[in-house]
Amino acid sequence: MAQKKLIDARGSFCPGPLMELIAGMKMAEVGDELEVLSSDKGSANDIPEWIKKVGHEMLGTREEAGVWHITVRKAK
Amino acid sequence: MKILIIGGGMGGTILANNLARRLQPELKSGKVRLSMLSASDKHMYQPGLLYLALGRTTPDELYRDQESLLEPGIKFAVDPVEQFMLDQNQVRTKSGKIYDYDVMAIATGSRMVPETIPGLAENAEFFYTEESAVKMFKRLQAFQGGRVVITVGVPHKCPMAPLEIAFMLYDYFKDRGILDKVKIHYTYPIGRVHSLENVAKWAAPEFDKLGISYETLFNMKEVDGKNKILRSEEGTETPFDLLVAIPAHRGMEVIEKNGLGQGGWIPTNRAKLTMEGRSNVFVLGDTTNIPISKAGSTAHFEAEALGENIAAMVKLGTPVRDYDGKVFCFIEAGKDRATYAMFDYQNPPDPKAPTKAMHWFKMAYNKLYWVSARGLL
Repeated sequence: MAQKKLIDARGSFCPGPLMELIAGMKMAEVGDELEVLSSDKGSANDIPEWIKKVGHEMLGTREEAGVWHITVRKAK
Repeated sequence: MKILIIGGGMGGTILANNLARRLQPELKSGKVRLSMLSASDKHMYQPGLLYLALGRTTPDELYRDQESLLEPGIKFAVDPVEQFMLDQNQVRTKSGKIYDYDVMAIATGSRMVPETIPGLAENAEFFYTEESAVKMFKRLQAFQGGRVVITVGVPHKCPMAPLEIAFMLYDYFKDRGILDKVKIHYTYPIGRVHSLENVAKWAAPEFDKLGISYETLFNMKEVDGKNKILRSEEGTETPFDLLVAIPAHRGMEVIEKNGLGQGGWIPTNRAKLTMEGRSNVFVLGDTTNIPISKAGSTAHFEAEALGENIAAMVKLGTPVRDYDGKVFCFIEAGKDRATYAMFDYQNPPDPKAPTKAMHWFKMAYNKLYWVSARGLL
């Protein structure tokens, strides 16, 4: 059964939110939803760019009080 | 109070020594008992493996007897934990012994898992164990030219290692006089050449200057050893004559087997360093799931914060400070120059131009490490 997972990458300069997501993606199952929390506004661009390139699915991006919530689904 | 430290790597050793000094009277009076369980009687200086892979140090330089690094008063046993019984405040070891604790710190570290990428273990060189680093050096010695591809798995230990090996390989081939026969190609998982934006801004022009080509958004998918091709999750591929990999890492198997954390990473409070849901279990070093560099310096600064806090729990009944995410990493930018990156949860790094002085500071630190492990530096 698909799960929802939270990756709290706020304050992560290294390895950073995208690298945390890539690591999380490797441990996830196809269909799982992963929500990344990032305090780096660059994540709103670089995460969708990688998701598109690899072929996963973007579910949404929103900003709340300086934290970006980026939700994706593992598609393969 | 019984304090039990699991793991004799950098984090566990600095924490044990820090506590032994802070709690000397309590250890002497018997009010506190401080024990460490490790899988080995030897302590390895893991950052030295980079130099071993390039023939610039020898294996014996990287080891000390673990017991020789520990302060008097620390009860040390080579008896790895096999079962964590957190509800009972107990662990069971390989020998079958049961150890009780009031406070436990888990610092079991991480390991490379090249076998998670088809073809990688058989076709790439690594420098994350003594055996693989020696093998890599012998391969380098025999290499007479061709395309050298550097590739990076996620997550990995030592975030500076990909850049360092690229710059150091450049100087290695230059010194051998075969640079004109070698092409170095660097791949990296995200959209720039390093996770730290300021480090990437410094490193990319350095690569351009040296003629090191690079491809970003490249995550290893498989290695075709027969045709010497590395393929990415992103759908690209790159040929190689020599493949040097920084493989993905996982936490230790015992963590996963005991259900303490997926991938061997224990969910940990980033400020308190407590295991989520457990106020008397602390986690440090690579073993945490904190979104922070898996590096010796992370373990070092976490151990200092924890040493202060656990000692305060004994003396005041409460921890006294948060870990602020401090990390300090040297960055070797070749055989004789280096820079560094220092950052925490709030402040990004601002690396300076490499200098010979910083390289020699790193060389000195490689020796000073043994003082650091004793908790003195």
